[in-house]
Amino acid sequence: MKFRVYRYDPDQDAKPRMQEYDVALDPHDRMLLDALIRLKAQDDTVSFRRSCREGVCGSDAMNINGKNGLACITNLKELKEPVELRPLPGLPVIRDLIVDMSQFFKQYHSIKPYLVNDTPPPEKERLQTPAEHEELDGLYECILCACCSTACPSFWWNPDKFVGPAGLLTAYRFIADSRDQATSERLDNLEDPYRLFRCHTIMNCVDVCPKGLNPTRAIGKIRELMVKRAI
Amino acid sequence: MALPVRKFDAIVVGAGGAGMRASLQLAEAGLSVAVLSKVFPTRSHTVAAQGGIGASLGNMGEDSWLWHMYDTIKGSDWLGDQDAIEYMCRMAPEVVYELEHYGMPFDRNPDGTIYQRPFGGHSANFGEKSIQRACASADRTGHAMLHTLYQRNVRSRTQFFVEWMALDLIRDVEGDVLGVAALEMETGEVMLLQAKATLFATGGAGRIFAASTNAFINTGDGLGMAARAGIPLEDLEFWQFHPTGVAGAGVLITEAVRGEGGILLNCNGERFMERYAPNLKDLASRDVVSRSMDQEIKEGRGCGPNKDHVMLKLDHLGPDVINKRLPSIREIAIKFANVDPIKEPIPVVPTIHYQMGGIPTNIHGQVVAPDGGDPNTIVNGLYAIGECACVSVHGANRLGTNSLLDLLVFGRAAGNHLVDSQLQRREHKALPRDAGDLSLARLARLDTAASGESVAEVASDLRKAMTAHCGVFRNQELLDSGVARVMELEQRVLRVAIKDKSKTFNTARVEALELDNLIETAKATVVSAAARRESRGAQARSDYPERDDVNWLKHTLWHREGNRLSYKPVRLTPLTVESFPPKTRTY
Repeated sequence: MKFRVYRYDPDQDAKPRMQEYDVALDPHDRMLLDALIRLKAQDDTVSFRRSCREGVCGSDAMNINGKNGLACITNLKELKEPVELRPLPGLPVIRDLIVDMSQFFKQYHSIKPYLVNDTPPPEKERLQTPAEHEELDGLYECILCACCSTACPSFWWNPDKFVGPAGLLTAYRFIADSRDQATSERLDNLEDPYRLFRCHTIMNCVDVCPKGLNPTRAIGKIRELMVKRAI
Repeated sequence: MALPVRKFDAIVVGAGGAGMRASLQLAEAGLSVAVLSKVFPTRSHTVAAQGGIGASLGNMGEDSWLWHMYDTIKGSDWLGDQDAIEYMCRMAPEVVYELEHYGMPFDRNPDGTIYQRPFGGHSANFGEKSIQRACASADRTGHAMLHTLYQRNVRSRTQFFVEWMALDLIRDVEGDVLGVAALEMETGEVMLLQAKATLFATGGAGRIFAASTNAFINTGDGLGMAARAGIPLEDLEFWQFHPTGVAGAGVLITEAVRGEGGILLNCNGERFMERYAPNLKDLASRDVVSRSMDQEIKEGRGCGPNKDHVMLKLDHLGPDVINKRLPSIREIAIKFANVDPIKEPIPVVPTIHYQMGGIPTNIHGQVVAPDGGDPNTIVNGLYAIGECACVSVHGANRLGTNSLLDLLVFGRAAGNHLVDSQLQRREHKALPRDAGDLSLARLARLDTAASGESVAEVASDLRKAMTAHCGVFRNQELLDSGVARVMELEQRVLRVAIKDKSKTFNTARVEALELDNLIETAKATVVSAAARRESRGAQARSDYPERDDVNWLKHTLWHREGNRLSYKPVRLTPLTVESFPPKTRTY
């Protein structure tokens, strides 16, 4: 199978280049990551992150034939050749397919991604009805792969000011949690021309999320709450 | 060469469930702590745990920690240490409630309490019938737990060193551990991280086998570092085969499928577990189910054109239960097995999943090693928790849901022990002059080797050898030839070469360094297995089919130096209750 891979090693290369590979696959190879492991056995200088190989750790996000996705759950049969692999767009490249995710995590951290509840906890669990728990479905499953934020034009233009879809999804995950008491502070934290309102509902995030989550809907819910609180 | 040095009260190596539960205690107590991880914390392998956390909350009916303790001891085939098991099972409800208070999105019962599901080997009233003890977030409990712990650490401002790989322990002449030499992957720089206490939470080494549910990062780094520093490894012959890995792909299908009512079928459509475990059937403990599946396949009742797997049927649960309780399983089955479990069964085989053995510790997480007459002498300054440790709560076979529990209970215990030992008030001991030399020598060899075998090739041969020689059923001939093959592979490991000489994010170098850790774990495994002439838990010997308590009710210790073994007694005395003496184990 034929591949074109973005190569850049700051130790040796003045600028990035695309390198072509022909990889002999085994009949059992199923996913793009399987092919990448074979490619690396051919040329150990090709660098990418990977770990769980089942779509739950979020390590191997990359741009695959122009679309962000996880290599480990992208079926080789769905890919047109040569398969063009590039690092996630919009973030600084450290090397080859490895990007510097600091900005992405900085935005995630900026929304206070933890439960806030200052009442002394009960001896047992805090109670939550099944319906209240279901509010969290589709929100807590995010794997922080950054496919969404790096597919978002608003995040490309303002990665330092716009929280981005992943961070906003998590912000709403805590707003929606019946146990969290900081809704008002969370809304204050996002009430800004950039942090939330740079989302122009382009919905690339929804299109690329490998877990099938919907950050745009979560962002819409936060907006509704802001409107409600203003009137 | 003088390496840069950074000083901390404590360093934690590994940011999975155990490491982050421990770091939380340390950060909240105001210690200066560095948490090193090869990957961003939420990418640690805890994230892949699916089914649940065992705790006798009793939300679904009567339960008690004593029943949980009995099940764990029986599950361990009496090799587990009963003091540690009592401690874990008693603490279980508290650590689960704590996690809930941190924000863990547990599934709920109509009354608002945490939902609990049945799991293999967990029973009511000392084996009478199956019980609902596994606290679950759908089938992504590990993901929910790992993210919750990371989030709580963000709140506590824990200092993470992301994409740093610890290379070797620093020990002085007195044997005290004074920190680690570590590699910053992005820059290729090596640094000495000096600490008054070093805590290993590095996870297992499931990648010594070809078919494994484990992530690529599970290369036994803590075990390799411990072994190279002269610390023995305990009970490494005991490796758990999870009954349900997707055939061909190895990806895990949680036991929660059977907890929710799924069943295993052979090619005749027979629910064969009724024959092997008449009481708990498909929910017998994992070693029993894996052996039964292997037996069915060996006797020609496997499924598919090659009759090499069995079927896990769950369509009878209905789409509602599957979509609500097992959504990720459905996703995995569709992606990795081409089947929608709402309509068709999933092809599964026993697949390497969990390492019961590890670095020997006591219940505070302190590493212990033989010294003089005492097999449990504390190694000053070193702690180990989670899958890399052997405390031993899992003995010869771990029960499902007890791994996440182990991380929480012993992560917290080790964290508390470190806080109580008042590290801030102590001085750093001086580093030995050769600190970091071993790591530098390992790196220099990789940087200068112009030719040699590729890491991928040697690692792949090692995995094939371990899979062929340390499978579900073992015998003396197979194990002896396995020892010979692994010792040959050790020589090949010493001669690998990498083409990539870059300083920047050199993943080829990382994989070569990981291979040094894989080989130590593999040696410990096969040598320990060849010596144990009995069947107990996950070690099933066709030539010694019975458990032999007279000669083998003892823990193995493998010593790297001399590739030799010693043994130490199992602690059969719990902390406060009567001992559970060994008896026949049936499900």
